[in-house]
Amino acid sequence: MNVVACVQTVLVLLLAPLLPGVINRTKAFFAGRQGPPVLQLYFDLWKLAQKGAVYSRTTTWVFRAGPIVGLAAVLVALFLTPFGKSAAPLAFGGDLILFAYLLGLMRFMTVMAALDTGSSFEGMGASREAFFSMLAEPAFLIGLVAVARVTGSLSLSGMLANVSAETWLRVGPALVLIAAAWMVILLAENSRIPVDDPNTHLELTMIHEVMVLDHGGPDFAAILYGAALKLWVMGALLVSLLIPVHPGVLWKNGLMFLGGMFLLAVGIGVVESIMARLRLARVPQLLMGAMALAALAMMLVLK
Amino acid sequence: MLLDAVFVLLILTNLILLGSSLLSASIRIVAVQGAVLGVLPFLAMAPDRLGRVLFLAVLTVALKGGVFPWLLNRALREVHVRREVAPLVGYSVSLALGIGLLALAFWLGGRIRDIGLGVSVLSLSTALFMMFTGLFLVISRQKALSQVLGFLVLENGIYAFGLLVVVNIHWLIELGVLLDVFVAVFIMGVAIDQISRAFDHMDVDQMNHLKG
Repeated sequence: MNVVACVQTVLVLLLAPLLPGVINRTKAFFAGRQGPPVLQLYFDLWKLAQKGAVYSRTTTWVFRAGPIVGLAAVLVALFLTPFGKSAAPLAFGGDLILFAYLLGLMRFMTVMAALDTGSSFEGMGASREAFFSMLAEPAFLIGLVAVARVTGSLSLSGMLANVSAETWLRVGPALVLIAAAWMVILLAENSRIPVDDPNTHLELTMIHEVMVLDHGGPDFAAILYGAALKLWVMGALLVSLLIPVHPGVLWKNGLMFLGGMFLLAVGIGVVESIMARLRLARVPQLLMGAMALAALAMMLVLK
Repeated sequence: MLLDAVFVLLILTNLILLGSSLLSASIRIVAVQGAVLGVLPFLAMAPDRLGRVLFLAVLTVALKGGVFPWLLNRALREVHVRREVAPLVGYSVSLALGIGLLALAFWLGGRIRDIGLGVSVLSLSTALFMMFTGLFLVISRQKALSQVLGFLVLENGIYAFGLLVVVNIHWLIELGVLLDVFVAVFIMGVAIDQISRAFDHMDVDQMNHLKG
């Protein structure tokens, strides 16, 4: 484990809550509003951390474990995520499987905590989350396997660092398809707009929001911070895939990567501003489309 | 690389077609597919027959990208039906089956390449996948207009296959095929119009009592 990678990961821990801020400012810009400050999530986290937590007598330890295990899982996933083209602190061969299932564990604990409240309302959200991620996960994994096959490396850091201009010239169409599939999955998994609306509190539209309604105080802070980190790790994979050069110098890599993350957040904001949320019945079709794109990319690199 | 991108684009039009619910959108996608297919000879053929290739390409793009959608849109306007394609299986299931068909096409494409025709797996698989998609659309959609679209996609697939495997098709044969397809679409457009006048719908499932 080298020092540079650790410093970069700590930097990410500090920077991750900026992403939702940038997205919200972009949306505000499109709506002609001032919008919340870019640092709003930091203020929210600070405020929530000060508060005490209230637990219903219906709930068990599962409810209390949910946010903590979720945050822990995504933190470990962060230590597997490369910082642009430079390797992650814990990178090893085959870590892409661990990465996918750490995100799966986080989702599983959120779902279990939601079911533990005994509220039919939260159960509904849990059911939707489980169903949609069942469709999203294969698409994500097929994309990962396709990139691994193209670059000949089984660790996230290795395979994304190996994506070069030469790779893009050789299998450009496949990489574009994978990037498109990952973008759809990124939006779906992080409850962004074509799938879920992060602003609403209506039972008909919510997926992710509804599952965390009963959490408060530090627990909710853990959930919000975990969500920001999840957005960061999934976005980081996409941005690293799209950067076609390997800048040898450290600061150049950092600049390109952080610039890419900023552009990604602006892009998500634009998507949220110009698109309406899909009808719930259409969401599986969107995810199936992402799976078709990933499968096509897989066949293109296998042939 | 450019050729690969064109083939991927063709595969994507098929996938969109499997997932799209509106008849008018489907017509537009088939038009795009036909137009892209018309440009394909430029990329695939030898440059010494440029005049002939140009003539055929212009004709194909004009027919498949312009005349067919116009005829089909006119039929759609005149029959006043609901604008959905009425599938027998859902759109998500269609897409999932599409992935399966795609895998089958790539497997078959690999087998055919092994015979030694000197064409790439991707191009063969694209042509096969277009045929499969066309057949699937004919089988799984209930409206007569969707079946015309399925037939067109099937024809596109056969055209692409012929273009790739038999490099030197005589241009008279290609012209003949184009003319046949044109007449077919024309007649089917008229037939749909007649069906809708006689039955107030174009749902082929309800036409069982046509048989004597």
